[in-house]
Amino acid sequence: MAARVRVAAPEAAPAPDPAPVPPLRLTGSGTARADRLFAAVTRGAGGFVVVLVLLVAGFLAVKAAPALRVDRVNFLTSRTWDVAGHRFGIVDMLWATVTVSAVAMVIALPLAVGVALFITQYAPRRLARPVAHVVDLLAAIPSIVYGIWGILVLAPLLRPVQDALGSAHWIPLFGNEGYSTGTIFDGGVVLAVMILPIITAVARDVFERTPVAHLEAARALGATRWETIRLTVLPHGRSGIVSGAMLGLGRALGETVALYLILSKPPAGPFSPSLFAGGETFASKIASNAAEFSTPTQTGAYLAAGLVLFALTFVVNAVARWIARRGDAA
Amino acid sequence: MMTGLLTVAAVAIAGCSSTSTTAGSNTGSPITGGAKTSAAAEVNCSSGTLNAEGSTAQTNAITQWINDYTKHCTGATINYNPTGSGAGIKNFTAGQVDFAGSDSALNPAKGEVAAAAQRCGGSPALDLPMVTGPIAVAFKLQGVDKLTLTPDLVAKIFTGKITSWDDPALKAANSGAHLPATKITVFFRSDSSGTTENFEKYLKAAAPADYTATPAKDSSQSGFVGQGKAKSQGVAQAIGSTQGGIGYVEYSFAVQDNLSVAAIDNGSGPVELSKNSASAAAAAATVVGTGNDLSLNLDYATKAPGAYPIILVTYEIACSTYTDPAVATRVKDFLAYAATGGQAALAGLGYAPLPASLQGKVLASINTIH
Repeated sequence: MAARVRVAAPEAAPAPDPAPVPPLRLTGSGTARADRLFAAVTRGAGGFVVVLVLLVAGFLAVKAAPALRVDRVNFLTSRTWDVAGHRFGIVDMLWATVTVSAVAMVIALPLAVGVALFITQYAPRRLARPVAHVVDLLAAIPSIVYGIWGILVLAPLLRPVQDALGSAHWIPLFGNEGYSTGTIFDGGVVLAVMILPIITAVARDVFERTPVAHLEAARALGATRWETIRLTVLPHGRSGIVSGAMLGLGRALGETVALYLILSKPPAGPFSPSLFAGGETFASKIASNAAEFSTPTQTGAYLAAGLVLFALTFVVNAVARWIARRGDAA
Repeated sequence: MMTGLLTVAAVAIAGCSSTSTTAGSNTGSPITGGAKTSAAAEVNCSSGTLNAEGSTAQTNAITQWINDYTKHCTGATINYNPTGSGAGIKNFTAGQVDFAGSDSALNPAKGEVAAAAQRCGGSPALDLPMVTGPIAVAFKLQGVDKLTLTPDLVAKIFTGKITSWDDPALKAANSGAHLPATKITVFFRSDSSGTTENFEKYLKAAAPADYTATPAKDSSQSGFVGQGKAKSQGVAQAIGSTQGGIGYVEYSFAVQDNLSVAAIDNGSGPVELSKNSASAAAAAATVVGTGNDLSLNLDYATKAPGAYPIILVTYEIACSTYTDPAVATRVKDFLAYAATGGQAALAGLGYAPLPASLQGKVLASINTIH
């Protein structure tokens, strides 16, 4: 950030050229002050965000502590969630959060890369803009609308897909649990639509910046359009795809209202790994119960679950950065 | 602060609400019975602002009352924030709102009674039952629109001991109906709700052999089978779109979605759900509060004829003495309206009015607020 500020200063300085000596000194000192001020503002903004994140983490930890202290089961490995009986275990929530986001990523990532490639490489300029705008519009739809649309319209339409995949019920992920709608799969598909514009936007920006020299070199070697994309656009855009995917995954992991409306709560019973069962994610479970928080222990139990989600997002981000860096090095 | 006294015919107010649907509802039975006024209710108006917060279950009722009351009492502003009973009690005891709405009375075991008394300057807080909310056991089944269920059958269906509509036990209770061999799909509430808690309390009281879980707002430990859906709307929608579906919802949602509602047989014959049968069950409740506190012990296992037993009663929680007499007058005037003229508006909103016996006690208790 600081580097960028220093680059900006010399650009501003040469502007008042005509009267050389006195104005130069004047603007020089003025620019230096502006420079310092601007640097301070950006430093403040950066610091503020860091402090904010630390405060949120601190708040969660402080509020969660009393609940974790009285927890009678292992918080990280138990499936029981019994607030009155002081038994808080998050395994089911963790599983639902991870699987619903994974379904969303599996669908959205290839689709988003495809859309971004179409917009930047294939579509005529006339068409590219409107398509890009339409995809961006998806991001403007409120998540509660996605939720209502998902459960009332999309989920019934997904029944045939679910039944077709369910014929492979020997695969644990596709086991039939007797749910009509409101499954992890339904939630994942809606989430995929929700994160599609985010991944597309980032991927598009990076694909557009593929060095022309690389493109021309590939074409000069006689590469077809697909080969050009494979040899130049995709390797160049790799880090962009990863960061777009991470932004999308962050949204998917934390999505609350849409999943709260779509996902069915499963009954207490044996654990089912199936995507065609209901589930509660960290965020949707907190939303389900937030209206009736009364005791500090109860509130703390849910905030402890929120803390795990917070940590999960960090872990996912760290892994993604590691992947991106390894890719850049290669 | 200006306090004016208006006497308005209660029927006129009920008419303003434009929700009285049946011919019987504007005869003023909730107004005349028990209350010391006979044909007309007095609406005392006080101007100024009241803030209240709490139960979501009574949102529609209290919103209607606020509309009607402020229409008659210009200068009065009442805000109700439906954040949930827990939040309502918390902010009431913290002194941030003037009264609270709650699905359950203040709990001495949680220290709520003591905390509320401290907020009220040492005087006790009052639990005032104000709205009766019937809970419907709604179902969808091809060719069947009348169904009678006993508490045991309800408990067995919701805990998965009965899984098919042609189960012999169901057939025995419904000799006239043709029950198909459809699989039963149970729907329950996924979000924390007083509806879930009261439904579980009913099962626990009326079918103790078949239902053993501890009633709670969160359905996680309910022992229910099937699928949890968000809010009454989600449950009603799921039942309506699932052949063989059954679930519990607030009555108004069952009516809105045209769902069939089971009659409940607690031991003295099947009782259809209506505002009168729900009121009759509220009349079977015993007051356990001391003095002017009217916290109730609902008799879920009641065998009173014509009483529909699956109900919830939501309270307003107010101080018996406010440090600011102006606030006391405002609270008193509004709650007195709610307990008299306001009751007539309830039936159109899917609630049931207070039974006459209880209404008299509530009004007497409200009149002691100062």
